[in-house]
Amino acid sequence: MINFQYLRTTTAKSAIALLVKDKNAKFLAGGTNLIDLMKRGVTAPEKLIDINHVPLKQIEQIGNKIHIGALASNSAVADSALIKEKLPLLSWALQAGASAQLRNVATVGGNMMQRTRCSYFYDTEMPCNKRQPGTGCGAMEGFNRMHAIFGASEKCIAVHPSDMCVALTALDAEVVVANAKGERKIPFKDFHRLAGDTPQLDNNLKADEMIIRLEIPMNNLAKNYHYLKVRDRASYAFALVSVAAAFELSNNKITDIRLAMGGVAHKPWRLTASENFLKGKEATLSNFEEAAQLAMKDAKGFGGNDFKLKLAPNTIIEGLNLAKSKV
Amino acid sequence: MEKRVLKDDNDRVDGILKVTGQAKYFAEYELPGLTYGVLVTSTITKGKITALDTKAAEKAPGVIAVISHLNKPSAAAYEQEGGPQMKIFYTDKIFYNGQPIAIVVANTFERATHAASLVKATYAKEDFNTDFEKALKDPKAKKLQGQADYKRGIENAYKTAVVKLEERYFLPIETHNPMELHGIIADWRPNNQLTVYAKTQGVKATQGTIANVFKIPMENIQVNSEFVGGGFGMALRTWPLEIATVMASKHIGKPVKVVITRMQMFTMVGNRPAAIQTIGLGANKDGKLTGITHRAYGETSTYENFTEGVVNMAKFMYQCDNVNTAYAIVPVDLGVPIWMRGPGEATGAFALESAIDEMAHALDMDPLDFRIKNDPETDQQKNKPFSSKNIKEAYKIGAEKIGWSNRKNKPGSLIEGPWQTGYGVSVGVFNANRGKASVKGILKADGSLHLQSATSDIGPGTGTGMTLIANKLMKIPVNKITFELGDSSLPPAPSQGGSATLSTVGSAVNDVCVALKSAIAELAANSNMDATANFVDVLKKNNLPQIEVTKESQGGKERDNYSMYSFSIHFVQVKVHALTGVVKVSKIVSVGDSGTIVSPKTARSQMLGGAVGGIGMALTEESIIDHRYGRYINNNFADYHVPVNADVPEIDVNFINKPDPYINPMGAKGMGEIALIGFSAAVANAVFNATGKRIRTLPITPDKILA
Ligand SMILES: Cc1cc2nc3c(=O)[nH]c(=O)nc-3n(C[C@H](O)[C@H](O)[C@H](O)COP(=O)(O)OP(=O)(O)OC[C@H]3O[C@@H](n4cnc5c(N)ncnc54)[C@H](O)[C@@H]3O)c2cc1C
Ligand code: SF4
Repeated sequence: MINFQYLRTTTAKSAIALLVKDKNAKFLAGGTNLIDLMKRGVTAPEKLIDINHVPLKQIEQIGNKIHIGALASNSAVADSALIKEKLPLLSWALQAGASAQLRNVATVGGNMMQRTRCSYFYDTEMPCNKRQPGTGCGAMEGFNRMHAIFGASEKCIAVHPSDMCVALTALDAEVVVANAKGERKIPFKDFHRLAGDTPQLDNNLKADEMIIRLEIPMNNLAKNYHYLKVRDRASYAFALVSVAAAFELSNNKITDIRLAMGGVAHKPWRLTASENFLKGKEATLSNFEEAAQLAMKDAKGFGGNDFKLKLAPNTIIEGLNLAKSKV
Repeated sequence: MEKRVLKDDNDRVDGILKVTGQAKYFAEYELPGLTYGVLVTSTITKGKITALDTKAAEKAPGVIAVISHLNKPSAAAYEQEGGPQMKIFYTDKIFYNGQPIAIVVANTFERATHAASLVKATYAKEDFNTDFEKALKDPKAKKLQGQADYKRGIENAYKTAVVKLEERYFLPIETHNPMELHGIIADWRPNNQLTVYAKTQGVKATQGTIANVFKIPMENIQVNSEFVGGGFGMALRTWPLEIATVMASKHIGKPVKVVITRMQMFTMVGNRPAAIQTIGLGANKDGKLTGITHRAYGETSTYENFTEGVVNMAKFMYQCDNVNTAYAIVPVDLGVPIWMRGPGEATGAFALESAIDEMAHALDMDPLDFRIKNDPETDQQKNKPFSSKNIKEAYKIGAEKIGWSNRKNKPGSLIEGPWQTGYGVSVGVFNANRGKASVKGILKADGSLHLQSATSDIGPGTGTGMTLIANKLMKIPVNKITFELGDSSLPPAPSQGGSATLSTVGSAVNDVCVALKSAIAELAANSNMDATANFVDVLKKNNLPQIEVTKESQGGKERDNYSMYSFSIHFVQVKVHALTGVVKVSKIVSVGDSGTIVSPKTARSQMLGGAVGGIGMALTEESIIDHRYGRYINNNFADYHVPVNADVPEIDVNFINKPDPYINPMGAKGMGEIALIGFSAAVANAVFNATGKRIRTLPITPDKILA
């Protein structure tokens, strides 16, 4: 048996202390991703530090920010009255993810840290630079229907599978992380990273750090918003492409806008150029179309995912349409 | 414990057991001293095992044995030359990736799983091909005849028709994926006595296969399989993994349980083979078919041939004097396929019923009118009348319920914002079979009737159907009737497949009931009782606690005189999103024309399940292989997409419910297959009607709509 030690702790401080003590220790939150990876032999931590009893489940407004603890469950956040009222885009994105059963145990921190669903990453008999650097990328010339069209590297073309993170990128969230010395804040858009030459790294969390909470600034994006997820079946499937769209309208003029995409890159993909284009413009179909085209600059397919070059701009347009038509 | 608390006579007799967790499935049996087997599988696609290092596994905690071709325990038939190529543990050959090459037995499942990961094989690799399309194009690759060529009238008459089309249709591999994982418990005891708890569609078939392999008498083998958590065809044979388990039990002298993993479900228990089909259709200006050509290629393995009825339907479904068909199988380096619900007929119907729709469009005819116009009065293939066929009535019911009159013949006419609406129709047809089965009936003085037969219930509600047949004939309340199945020691019955159980076993139930009634009548007459006397009184008067009758039943001459088929019509409405390519089935009306509906609730459930499976076939299901490695890419429930609730709209199920005068005493034809056959074409046809896009490659995923 591949033995591992199971430890349980009730404070972030002791969790971090346990983490740094062992090179091969991992936090266990909902376990919906980590345990699968262990079963498939993709990862084999020697220590599992159960952090589910660390009191980081808060969902609250502090000043003009909403704080969400790293251990709040995906369904607690999605169903929270506060989130539904102030950050409905986040609630929708969460609802679009996984299944009710998974959302009940999956946590905010775990969701951010979940690994790609690339099939080659999961199958230890196949090459994969992310799982085993230097073995090659199985997907590059293989089955890459689900893979990235933006920012892919020669080493890895995987996508980050989260829906929640797409909304958080759009909402300018900040991630509060901590190590033994103290806390630091990472803007959400900088939390995940592109694969580059080190596809084994999904994000910029350091080995001695723990995700503590999210801080999301208040906004006026609770009226015209939509999370549109295109997938192979109506529920319980990862995104082919998803779009988080939210804007503030005044006299049909867009005064604030957030656009991000999922299923297209190694990280949630913020569409800054499209946002800049739409800011100050009227919320018309032709403007949406132009914004969608702007978003597609530098997009590149790998064969199996070429359809995303068409699907992605279409989804942006439809996401914006639906956000506009919300009453 | 009261077995049933039925609120309604038509309720599923084991429904309460199932929903309360009391129904016991094979894997739930706990035998004293039970051990656990886990299979080690090949990681290459073709070649030979040159070395197998089992030392680490053998030393791992709890391990009892590691069994492979190195220490093959005796299996008499496998020791002889010839026979099947895939003699598990009697060959070092690798035929496909994921082939079982060893079994590790330990005292817990977890220990066996871990130890299995320690077995290391070394291989001599050979070139392989798992790509069916590539094999088809390769002139050097084998193509074997799968069915005798068929010709009526002029070959390829479509080519010279006034209106003609020739199109190619592609169906990928689908995997059955019932909820219940496959496996078996084998308990080999001294004197070659064996008990197995199996997941099987045929307890007698399992008994026979094991007896053959180990060359022990059938009577030595007891097969139990009372509840099966879904089969869809994959449990119609005894797989090498099951033989491996029996071998292991024989070897260690202890009961061994094997439950394979979801991933292994993709490589050890078959699949619906991929198929490439070409349909040629010709018609005259009036919309009469003048030529039908159906050529199909199906995938098979290199070590065993698998064929099915892909081109059957073209021969008789439509009135046409010129029909020819051909069907070949193409071996690739994958595990051998097996029938999957609707089997080859469902594959064939996708192509034929799509092509019929395409022809209607080419003729600018309503596809329903086109079908009706070409509906045959008799079976031109067999040159016989149909035993019963109410297809026109079924068309009418379905058309009305789906709102066919809202359909526009011009595709892309119904648009609401980004959503395009379309309507599609398709026919399904399958042999109405009747085989041979025996049933024993025990009529008791306490007013109860106990029926027994070694048939199976993989979910359709066999026990419920049989109970209702007896209930109707004997006028005994359903809660006084029990039907025992899934036990090889009961009177023999065939495997549950080909939609034949109700017809076959039901007929024997009928015959038993008739015999019991006449036995009672005779007893009544002998004891000077009224002919209408209640059987309880008759038995009591005669001091008999019970009487029993066993009857074997099978069809007779009527099967030679008539062409017997069950039919279904599927109507669907779809909504297609023009921008995202998402297809939603928004309305379903299915009409079954399968004779008398004996068990209305479970029959309806069959149709519901068929429609759900049909949505999967049409829109979501595909087993994907990376042909560079010969390995499955999406071998799990996250990536292999069976439809979820959100994909399934309300399904309006209808039955013609008119007895077939010839098939059997109940007038009931099978309906498990027709529930699915044709459904995928109805969806593809509706998608065309919505968008003008003809998708000939399943499943219809958003990328194909956008292409
Ligand atoms: C079948 C299936 C379908 C799914 N579909 C979707 C989908 O459609 N959309 C979607 O977005 N997601 C989907 N998911 C993924 C799901 O959202 C994630 O598995 C889940 O969010 C992970 O959370 P967890 O708490 O269970 O993480 P765990 O599995 O417990 O942990 C995951 C990783 O995060 C680390 N971690 C956890 N908490 C912290 C912390 N506070 N600080 C630092 N590291 C931490 C762990 O060490 C581990 O490495 C699906 C999952 C499955 C199994
Ligand atoms: S895309 Fe990334 S995760 Fe997938 S095989 Fe390539 S390197 Fe591995």
